[in-house]
Amino acid sequence: MRSILRPAVTTVGLFTLLLGLAAPLAMTGLANALFPAQAGGSLIAREGRVIGSALVGQGFSEARYFHPRPSAAGYDASAGAASQLGPSSARLLEAVRARVAGAGPAPVPADAATASGSGLDPHISPENARRQVARVAAARGMEEARLREILARHVEGPQLGLLGEPRVNVLALNLALDAGE
Amino acid sequence: MTLLGWAQIALTLALAALAAVPLGHYAAAIAEGRVRWLRPLEALLYRAGGIDPTAGQGWRGYVLAMLAVNLAGFLLLYALLRLQGALPLNPRGLPGLSPWLAFNTAVSFVTNTNWQAYSGEAAMSYLTQMAGLTVQNFLSAATGIALALAFCRALAAGGVARLGNFWADLTRVTLYLLLPLALLLGLALVACGVPQTLADYAEARTLEGGTQLIALGPAAFQVAIKQLGTNGGGFFGVNSAHPLENPNALSNLLQCWAILVIPFALCVTFGRLVGDARQGRALLAVMLGFVLAGTAAIYAAEAAGNPLHLAAGLDPAPGNMEGKEVRFGTALSALWAAATTGASSGSVNAMHDSFTPLGGMVPLFLIQLGEVLPGGVGSGLYGMLVFALLAVFIAGLMVGRTPEYLGKKVQAREIKLAMLAVLVLPAAILGLTAVSLVLPSATASLANAGPHGLSEMLYAYSSAAGNNGSAFGGLTADTPWFNTTLGLAMLLGRYAYLVPVMAIAGSLAAKPRAPEGAGTLPTHGPLFAGLLAGVILILGGLQFLPSLALGPLAEHFSLLAGKTF
Repeated sequence: MRSILRPAVTTVGLFTLLLGLAAPLAMTGLANALFPAQAGGSLIAREGRVIGSALVGQGFSEARYFHPRPSAAGYDASAGAASQLGPSSARLLEAVRARVAGAGPAPVPADAATASGSGLDPHISPENARRQVARVAAARGMEEARLREILARHVEGPQLGLLGEPRVNVLALNLALDAGE
Repeated sequence: MTLLGWAQIALTLALAALAAVPLGHYAAAIAEGRVRWLRPLEALLYRAGGIDPTAGQGWRGYVLAMLAVNLAGFLLLYALLRLQGALPLNPRGLPGLSPWLAFNTAVSFVTNTNWQAYSGEAAMSYLTQMAGLTVQNFLSAATGIALALAFCRALAAGGVARLGNFWADLTRVTLYLLLPLALLLGLALVACGVPQTLADYAEARTLEGGTQLIALGPAAFQVAIKQLGTNGGGFFGVNSAHPLENPNALSNLLQCWAILVIPFALCVTFGRLVGDARQGRALLAVMLGFVLAGTAAIYAAEAAGNPLHLAAGLDPAPGNMEGKEVRFGTALSALWAAATTGASSGSVNAMHDSFTPLGGMVPLFLIQLGEVLPGGVGSGLYGMLVFALLAVFIAGLMVGRTPEYLGKKVQAREIKLAMLAVLVLPAAILGLTAVSLVLPSATASLANAGPHGLSEMLYAYSSAAGNNGSAFGGLTADTPWFNTTLGLAMLLGRYAYLVPVMAIAGSLAAKPRAPEGAGTLPTHGPLFAGLLAGVILILGGLQFLPSLALGPLAEHFSLLAGKTF
């Protein structure tokens, strides 16, 4: 037995030092040297205060802001969560109906009436954003045409022309509005 | 379904299949001991353990060494999980885990399952993520690959008793294959936006004046090995749906590629080691075919959307978006679901529990087929080779000849052992699901009622026994019953499966390799690939059809009839 136990214990012990401490710490140092913003969570600061992460969705409910998707986590970025409701769930159908009722004329963009996988989805679909223009413009006393222009600049297409779906980062858009872009 | 969606699916699969060729040759060179660029580090590890890397082991010795490493890893991880509250690198001051959850989690990571009855950002300190979970992500993956290499050697050699040296295989696969790939991928993921920091969670003041606590941590390196090693355990609770774990379509491409590339590459390695590249290509073609078919089926179901929600007024164009992220949509969510369950990864970028009934049935079925399409790193290849032995056996029965595979006669002992291995999965999955369904304390954990509740339970035991790790996440799994029985299912799915498989390897190694004759069934052409696919579907899948009829199929037809639960 000793012929197996000693190599097993040393292998696990030394690999824990190498793979569990040395490698991740080296990676942390390298990442912070090469990509400091990303390694730190892509945090956005205004006047010396962190106001969010460029990659993480944030909750908005005031009329003057664009609203994100429904979230099972309430946009708590320390506890991401999905609804985990199945397709035949009566509760889910009820929730979808209530969101559709509050979202203007049908058909409603699917992302506006369904909760995301993470509960922290930073994006909405361009169509979802367009349907919010009238409300946001009225609340801000802005011309709708001008708001549409700003929105158009915030519609992201597929990465490298191929990857991913068209989308609008809600926090980035709302920040641009507050900055009086 | 859209053209752009299909283009992304095709690109990901093509990149994985193309990279598999050079990577497979490299892994073969590692298996033959020809890659030695970290020789001093390797020598240090051997010296410390008193290991002679040139000493060959028979199948029993090889398996015993493997079990010893896994046991030592389990004990260390269990201790870390229990004691993390008293250990450093714990900025949130998280306490140790309960014994039930610590047992379940330690078993889960040692068996390459990565079933998670906890949420990373709420339960695990940075030290536990790094020194506990990340280490087992490496070692469980290297364990699987080492076993697969030993199985290949058994088929390649004639009349030998030894399969190689487990300590050397484990060390070399870790140092030369997994570690460099994980460092490169980890850095690429940081560039995409995945955090890698030891700083505490960030407290943000939101635009509307509220506060948002943003969980951070040393995620990128762990995410890299979680995908490369088909482990699948998320750094954050919602796994690769989390915008910091998988920020955009490029990081999604890299991670989905990483899930598939090593299982695909090991087919090439197999072809190389047995001296006939066509043999590996045949296995790879079957794996690729199933992943593609699974993706198409899930994509079609999810893109069609939920009929009840469409009737309620949703725009049908985006498909079923409940539990999915806007940046991925239905195409990338479908591809990921097929890749993560075909390979036994278990990481997710969308919530399978909220897929349409048929869209959720396909991932479940891919797990139940035995995790060989392409399966976990290593475990997928040796599982596939077991099905290949069964395929030549069945073909032999049909034409009345002694079956042989790669010139090795396949006889009663091998087939008995193969059937023993293949029966472990249905026995564990169906047995434990049946028991749980009649226990009120277990059904109290279900989040959904009706047939979907049964699917939730069935998925949990399939995922555990298949060493997959994904979930219909509505199930509240952090209870003593589920922590214990799912832990048991993981142990059975890993060890009760691989011991008979390695016994087959030992038995095959001892046989001479006869030259091909006129009556030999070629095991590389489309005919054999079709036969193999049929055997996987019938032997691997048939016994699960009744349970699928009671769960997802029943739900599908209730949904069409407008019934909710």
